[in-house]
Amino acid sequence: MAGREVRSEDLEALTRDAVLCRGLGRSYGDSSLPPPSHPVVAATPLADRILSFDAASGTLRAEAGLSLRALNRSFLPRGFYAPVTPGTQMITLGGMVAADVHGKNHHRDGCFGAHVRRLRMRVADGRILECSPAQEPDLFRATIGGMGLTGHILEVECRLVRVPSPWVLTETERIHDIDRFIEGLKEAGSRWPHTMGWIDCLSRGSLMGRGILMKGRWAEPPEAPRGVPVPRRRPSVPFVLPGWVVNRWTVRAFNAAYYRSHVPHVRRAVVHPESFFYPLDAIGHWNRMYGPRGFTQYQCVLPESAGRGAARRFLELLTRRGGASMLCVIKDCGPEGIGLLSFPKPGISIALDIPIHDGTQSLVDALNELVIAEGGRVYLAKDQLTRPEHFRAMEPRLAAWTCIRRKWDPDGRLRSAQSVRLLGDRA
Amino acid sequence: MKVAFLGATRGIGRSLSRLMAARGDDLFLLGRDVDDLERSARDLEARAGRGSVGAAHCDLEKPGGFASALDAAEARLGGLEAVVVTAGDFALQPDLEQDVERTRRLLDVDFTNTVIFCEHARRRLLARGGGTLAVFSSVAGERGRKPVILYGAAKAGLSRYLEGLDHKFRAQGLRTVCVKPGFVKTSMTEGLRPPPFAGEPDSVARVVLRAIDRGQPVVYAPPIWRWIMLVIRLLPRSVMRRVQF
Repeated sequence: MAGREVRSEDLEALTRDAVLCRGLGRSYGDSSLPPPSHPVVAATPLADRILSFDAASGTLRAEAGLSLRALNRSFLPRGFYAPVTPGTQMITLGGMVAADVHGKNHHRDGCFGAHVRRLRMRVADGRILECSPAQEPDLFRATIGGMGLTGHILEVECRLVRVPSPWVLTETERIHDIDRFIEGLKEAGSRWPHTMGWIDCLSRGSLMGRGILMKGRWAEPPEAPRGVPVPRRRPSVPFVLPGWVVNRWTVRAFNAAYYRSHVPHVRRAVVHPESFFYPLDAIGHWNRMYGPRGFTQYQCVLPESAGRGAARRFLELLTRRGGASMLCVIKDCGPEGIGLLSFPKPGISIALDIPIHDGTQSLVDALNELVIAEGGRVYLAKDQLTRPEHFRAMEPRLAAWTCIRRKWDPDGRLRSAQSVRLLGDRA
Repeated sequence: MKVAFLGATRGIGRSLSRLMAARGDDLFLLGRDVDDLERSARDLEARAGRGSVGAAHCDLEKPGGFASALDAAEARLGGLEAVVVTAGDFALQPDLEQDVERTRRLLDVDFTNTVIFCEHARRRLLARGGGTLAVFSSVAGERGRKPVILYGAAKAGLSRYLEGLDHKFRAQGLRTVCVKPGFVKTSMTEGLRPPPFAGEPDSVARVVLRAIDRGQPVVYAPPIWRWIMLVIRLLPRSVMRRVQF
């Protein structure tokens, strides 16, 4: 798909005629790509100034292009951290709002949107205004998780949390199968603020869903090493590897080795927060591993109402369809947030990488049909292949969100490649 | 270090001022958009987590305001140990060739007025027994090249001026640093296709800061551009007439 970015430090000027903003472009699907007829997207990362910070309340206000990495690296030495963080630091504040990102602490602290106090936005008719839970609340709620389709986010005011030390205490545990995994997540969630699990999704039968459960919390001062963790230089995949490198056998070997090398069964450590929260950021350009055709991500949430068997049914379908994935992450979600189109709801979220091949579309279709039957939904920030009819079936909230979107943008000016594909916006 | 900084709101200047603020330098910002300066000042304060950053209006198109802007910086900082100039004007040759007024503005800003500003800064630094004057010139001043004839000519003049200052005043304590950035991905070069070895503002700023600390008279950033320009300087005219860079 053809398209280009325009960048500027001046977001007000940049967004005047823009139909879409993007941050660091790490959403996996087409949500940060422009619609085909207007192949220009306004990129915000140069607009990255911190406008105010109040240490007493932890309230930060910044331009939308500030990256989470810059934010964390500035504030961790002073004892503050983002309240919610996704699996990468290569994301802007604007992107965190637009995708209403969640993290390992969703079961306890909800999505990022729960910690946002105000937004400064340029809406479709060109006006610049502030919104918050009290001011233009409909626009605020539609923008949190609204994928940038309700207006351009210029500034974000949010809360940072105070941390007792700049280190994270972790406990990791080998788990034998999916049912134990779900129990383990539930139990860990009552004691640990951060939990998630990696699953070997090629294991079958009685071993199906074996993996490693990761738990973490900020270390208390007596547990922490002296000093502040120093960001490390990271190795990088230097070029796009051939497409055959990631295949069912190499993935199986990797997964088995990763699982078996976790000895003893339970390990404790005090680690750098970047290696706990952002393991993938440790390798630059890791996407190149998947070869020239690349990969897509698939992330869905299976609601509590679907029962404990839902995750097993999902994995059975996935292994039956041969969905090889090195990365398969499982996490329990807490209550739905304020964002009208936010992804999480109470239940189990499963995320996996799927290398692109000829059967990927039909695999995603099959997974989506199962997710619809279970009453779940997919995460727009990762979606590239969901069909519009499937999305409508997953999203009873879509009508209410669309109604607000149309109120603020009656002509349908703001749109993305994803909204054209999924919501029927004009190309 | 007490630093007066002209051009800290954007690009490499923004990155460099953040590095300075983070390590505890006292900054005073000069620029032409006061609201924008205030936003950058708040950013630097928030990132440093201490101190306060002052700002005053100073427009490279209006040399009449240079003296009072530097006076304000000196008064607020309680002294002056370094002056950094990253501000400038940029335009490609085709945009200038048809427009005499635009050409005059670029030459005024990038050469005449930058030199006048440096003269004000030099006198103040020397009066205090010396200091560092770090000014952004460009690799574009190294050779007459088709896409940047006028910009390159202004920067060539600026580089020679800074070289002369270094020769004359280093013994009196004035450390002149002529910064020659190669292609760096900033808003100044937005829309241009980055050549090989294009730099990122943050890493370029680290190179520049090290040069400022050492008082290095000339610094290429990213450093590889020193060797690229060596090759380009050696190319014969017959080749330069043919190539498009």
